[in-house]
Amino acid sequence: MSLDKEKIKHVAKLARISVDDAKVESLTKDLNSIFKFIEQLNELNTDKVEPLTSILNQSLRSRKDEISDGKIREKVLKNSPKENEEFFVVPKVVE
Amino acid sequence: MADITNQSLNEIIENVKTKKVSSTDLTKAYIKNIESAKKLNAFVTTTFDQALDKAKQFDNKPNFDQLLPGIPLAVKDLFCTENTKTTAGSNILNNFIPSYESTVTKNLWNNGSFLLGKLNCDEFAMGSSNETSHYGNVINPVGDQLVPGGSSGGSSSALAADLTPATIGTDTGGSIRQPASFTGTVGLKPTYGLCSRWGIVAFASSLDQAGPMTKTIKDCAIMLESMSGFDDKDSTSINKKKEQYSKNLKDNIKGLKIGIPKEYRVDNMPKEVDELWEKGKKILKDLGAQLIDISLPHTKYALPTYYIVAPAEASSNLARYDGVRYGYRSKQGKDLIEMYEKTRSEGFGDEVKRRILIGTYVLSSGYYDAYYLKAQKVRQLIKKDFDDSFTKIDAILTPSTPSSAFKIGEKTNDPVSMYLNDIFTVPVNLAGLPALSMPAGVDKQGYPLGLQLIGKALDEQKILNIGYAFEKNCGFKNEIKKWWS
Repeated sequence: MSLDKEKIKHVAKLARISVDDAKVESLTKDLNSIFKFIEQLNELNTDKVEPLTSILNQSLRSRKDEISDGKIREKVLKNSPKENEEFFVVPKVVE
Repeated sequence: MADITNQSLNEIIENVKTKKVSSTDLTKAYIKNIESAKKLNAFVTTTFDQALDKAKQFDNKPNFDQLLPGIPLAVKDLFCTENTKTTAGSNILNNFIPSYESTVTKNLWNNGSFLLGKLNCDEFAMGSSNETSHYGNVINPVGDQLVPGGSSGGSSSALAADLTPATIGTDTGGSIRQPASFTGTVGLKPTYGLCSRWGIVAFASSLDQAGPMTKTIKDCAIMLESMSGFDDKDSTSINKKKEQYSKNLKDNIKGLKIGIPKEYRVDNMPKEVDELWEKGKKILKDLGAQLIDISLPHTKYALPTYYIVAPAEASSNLARYDGVRYGYRSKQGKDLIEMYEKTRSEGFGDEVKRRILIGTYVLSSGYYDAYYLKAQKVRQLIKKDFDDSFTKIDAILTPSTPSSAFKIGEKTNDPVSMYLNDIFTVPVNLAGLPALSMPAGVDKQGYPLGLQLIGKALDEQKILNIGYAFEKNCGFKNEIKKWWS
């Protein structure tokens, strides 16, 4: 299968990455060569193979549902790109 | 005293313990080396003042019973370090100062060491040459036009240039072993789950593992012992007793069965790589090991599988970089969606964007079965190849890389040719196994080449032992001229 420019713009939209038209050309070329490489897998018949879900021979641990930290709002907000005392700030989303 | 910085970590530790050198003098010696090696561009951030304070604290109240007494260490800039900027080689994290410490670095500090600086790497560890870093190319000390490998390229360069006595990297598809091979150093990717992933900037969570990069096998054992261990904060951390890898290091490998997989002899492989593999087999055989031909039939499908699984996981992991809570935020964008799109477009480099797009596509509605599910099935077959072989052998010997270090810019225009660099290292990540790259010789240009030892899950001690015996009998000496200072 080959990826055309429209498809790539659609995927970029899904990934929330703006791609300008100048870049779409080279991206199309690169992604198609990568997908050609990836599609070697189609040579293999995997009808009877179970997909791998974990490489560990153990199931995930569960833990008690209790608070292990907290009261660190200052730390959590320390790296926010736009400062506000208590919240993360984003561009206006409701009119 | 002769230049202490060209000694092995183990020798340096002995010198600290016997008070031949203080932690302060040791730290000063590395700072001097780092300051005269700016051309290599191995560091993104240095923490000299903090390191000198810690060294002084150690000298005032030394504890020589620790594994890493008073040892300064630089680490890959993918490990979150409390109050020290952590960039992951990306513009999108150019202002990120973690308020917490990764578990593996915390383990290192708890064993007596302290931070010397943060080492350059490919952006989000996506690359095989350190050319995708937002902070510029790193130079391989082996030659001024050569890449140091990737993604842990700052780590391999700094180690080989005596800018840190040992270091740690992360390995998702070969990012520790390939740079180790390119610089004539030792690199180990541990069993998935042996070292905690907590506090490491995530790339592909089912493949990522942190591991040591060192000058010798003994050093590798010391570092692995220091950094590994169960961690409740990583849901895939293995809960088992801690091993004493360095104390238990043995060079007797008589009777061990070493598998030689025929699928690792690939087309167009330079003759020297093949000759080196032969040399490696002979050394192990002369030491009493038994060589056994094996087959890992799905080897050629490992890279295509990897380039579905890794980008898929990356596209999910990197969804968090949206300019809202931390990291870079674009000044453009009139609404929330546009702010996301501009932030991610300006914050990520080309290779990272490529992989996010691949991952988004293979997980998108209508394509999931054809790509992602297919890849997880082939991954099962690759794992089964190893499981079947390991019923009759102790370890596997292969070349680490299909070539020695290449020139900067040589492969940047062709992503697939860059990806092929990891052809021998990727299968191990897909199967979750431990593997070691050890220096074994040089090619006709004099550039280092490594051999890889692959072990059973949690059998790190055995591959370290084989490596230890190999190292004593191989006669490799990393001769790097300090042309940069």
